[in-house]
Amino acid sequence: MTKRFGEITALDGVNLSIEDGEYVCVLGPTGAGKTTFLRIVAGLLEPDEGEIYIDGKCVNNLPPEARDTVYMFQQYALFPHMTVWQNVSYGPEIKDWNREKVEQLTAEILEMVRLAERRDAYPHELSGGMQQRVALGRGIASGARILLLDEPLGALDARLRVGLRTQLRQLVKDQGLTAIHVTHDQEEALMIADRVVVLRNGRIEQTGTPHEVYSRPNSIFVASFVGGANFVEGTIIGSSDAGSVMEVLGGLQIKVAVSDVGAGEKAVLAFRREDTWVGEEEVAGSNNLPGVIVSATFIGDSMEYEIRLENGVSIVSKILMSDAFKAYTEGQRVVASFPPEKGHVFPYPVMGLLKEVEAI
Amino acid sequence: MPEVKLVNVTKRYGKIVANDGVTLTLKDGEYVSVIGPSGCGKSTLIKNIAGIITPDEGEIYFDGRRVNELPIENRGIGYVFQNIALFPHMSVWGNVTYGPRVRGLSPEEMRPLAIEMLEMIKVNERSDAYPNELSSGTQQKTAVARALTSRAELLLLDEPLGALDVKVRAALRSELKRLVKDLKLTALHVTHDQEEALSISDRVVVMKMGRIVEEGAPIDLYTHPKNLFTANFVGEANFLAGEVVKASGKNVLVELEEGPEIRAEASDQRMGDRVVTAFRPEFVNVETNGVNRLKGRVVDVLYSGSTVRIRVKLGKGSIVVAKQMLHSEAATIHVGDDITLSIPPQRILVYPYPEGGLEKELALE
Repeated sequence: MTKRFGEITALDGVNLSIEDGEYVCVLGPTGAGKTTFLRIVAGLLEPDEGEIYIDGKCVNNLPPEARDTVYMFQQYALFPHMTVWQNVSYGPEIKDWNREKVEQLTAEILEMVRLAERRDAYPHELSGGMQQRVALGRGIASGARILLLDEPLGALDARLRVGLRTQLRQLVKDQGLTAIHVTHDQEEALMIADRVVVLRNGRIEQTGTPHEVYSRPNSIFVASFVGGANFVEGTIIGSSDAGSVMEVLGGLQIKVAVSDVGAGEKAVLAFRREDTWVGEEEVAGSNNLPGVIVSATFIGDSMEYEIRLENGVSIVSKILMSDAFKAYTEGQRVVASFPPEKGHVFPYPVMGLLKEVEAI
Repeated sequence: MPEVKLVNVTKRYGKIVANDGVTLTLKDGEYVSVIGPSGCGKSTLIKNIAGIITPDEGEIYFDGRRVNELPIENRGIGYVFQNIALFPHMSVWGNVTYGPRVRGLSPEEMRPLAIEMLEMIKVNERSDAYPNELSSGTQQKTAVARALTSRAELLLLDEPLGALDVKVRAALRSELKRLVKDLKLTALHVTHDQEEALSISDRVVVMKMGRIVEEGAPIDLYTHPKNLFTANFVGEANFLAGEVVKASGKNVLVELEEGPEIRAEASDQRMGDRVVTAFRPEFVNVETNGVNRLKGRVVDVLYSGSTVRIRVKLGKGSIVVAKQMLHSEAATIHVGDDITLSIPPQRILVYPYPEGGLEKELALE
């Protein structure tokens, strides 16, 4: 699938299959082509090249209403002069179903989105989260089997958003629907999706289960955009079946997973903040990097430590403050450690490291 | 830099009381965040301080001086909105020097000021760029610099990072905090994002229906919230209702409606009190040898980066969420497994059962 807007190629030869009943999140920064992708699937935009198939049937020439899809925007677009009940039953009613069937369906759906008690309310009397649930109910009432969700939680307060994630997933799964959910929020994508598609500059950078994309990023961009990481420049000095060794600033040698980057070549090491442990002593089998705590930032369930290593490089460690958590203070000498298999090595990017990381 | 004091500030819009007797002091150089659900009155609060609106009752003082009637331009504040309000036809330099220029500063006077600000926000190399050539994060940083070239000592931030991508938002948090601290400003930051508030502030104020519910240092507010509303709104928590069946000193034994009895540390509960226990998902252990055991069946396993969230349905249907590092034993758990959870007593918070019912108290909308 390819789509151009003037000189800009918004989608550049995208190939993707989504299975029946799958919940897919399309994740990428602003301008990656996420919305264009979704609008093409919905039939709101025509691709310049390529085909879209639904259940094996090419739908390029089908209008949106004939595609078995329903498109939901970030802004809920409810009918303001209609009640919750009327908004949800609108689709079935215009399809001219019999009254009893419409009523039964509408009642079921309102129960499902937990708004049965608010059936007579008008949209402006509801909170943002409730309005979004009405919109979702209306989408489901359309009978379409494919939900296209464009930043569906984007307009909601952070606290509410987190709660609705699991509800949204549960609803889609209970109804056996297929969902394509576009978001720039990597945490949302990781938590909600069966499979994550990372889009960048109109191309698919990586697809995989949330766990795969997070634990085995295939580029610096994915490592940086999905989950965030520490990045350290260096040179590969040797490889064996057991792994590779990289030398970084200050002559420090770091053991990493086996890498394709050849000895003597410049490389970038990425390791997750969450995989970086902070302690007073070295951890056997891990890379142990002595340094000093520069800052400690409490972010709720976790603590983020910034550590300046002896070679001057700063890294971040993010530690879940579970029962075993131990606090360290600014200025304290510590050892930051991470296991070799958590170190991902990438060839040094042609355009420089900053470009790959800052494109975000 | 000023100390800001609000005493019994009330503001009504028709029948709605947006601020209902708010008393709050921002200390000199303090970074305070205000959080709360939509409609709690946090934006009204910041507008009262800015002088965009005038309170119906109560007083506002800057360094001991009453400012209720002082016009916005004389309050010495910098104000940054969610919607980036840069002049599109002016370069970064033009935007940042706009304030000094209209105040009649000569180019020689404003030059060092503008350079200092642009260096602070690390945008000095882009001073000739126009807003549409900049990323949204850089645009918002420019808006902050512009607010500060007026030599403001009090920075008011109304959802300043709200319009930005999540990733950019997280990166700008620490820059904003550093800027405020380096310039020794006093800052009030309104946000709906609790993680942002916890990470950026010296103190967090929680509002609900026009009133301050609770305030405290981020870590205190998160680990020892004084009331149920805060426990629910700041961070995630599990809630299980029950009754106190034994109380001695700081230890209570609560018989949960779910069945099991759990031990907790609490001070002001008595035998027979109906209570709600609350505990954070990260303190729920998935091991069989701990205390306070809860048995249930795994209904969902969700990965979020390096942590795994395990949703467990207890015998009578309550859901308890456990959050653990992926490399712990939690990684071997699957949907459908019968498991035993345990929660350390000192991690369990105990609250009086709310009068209007638990569900209503926990509703965020």
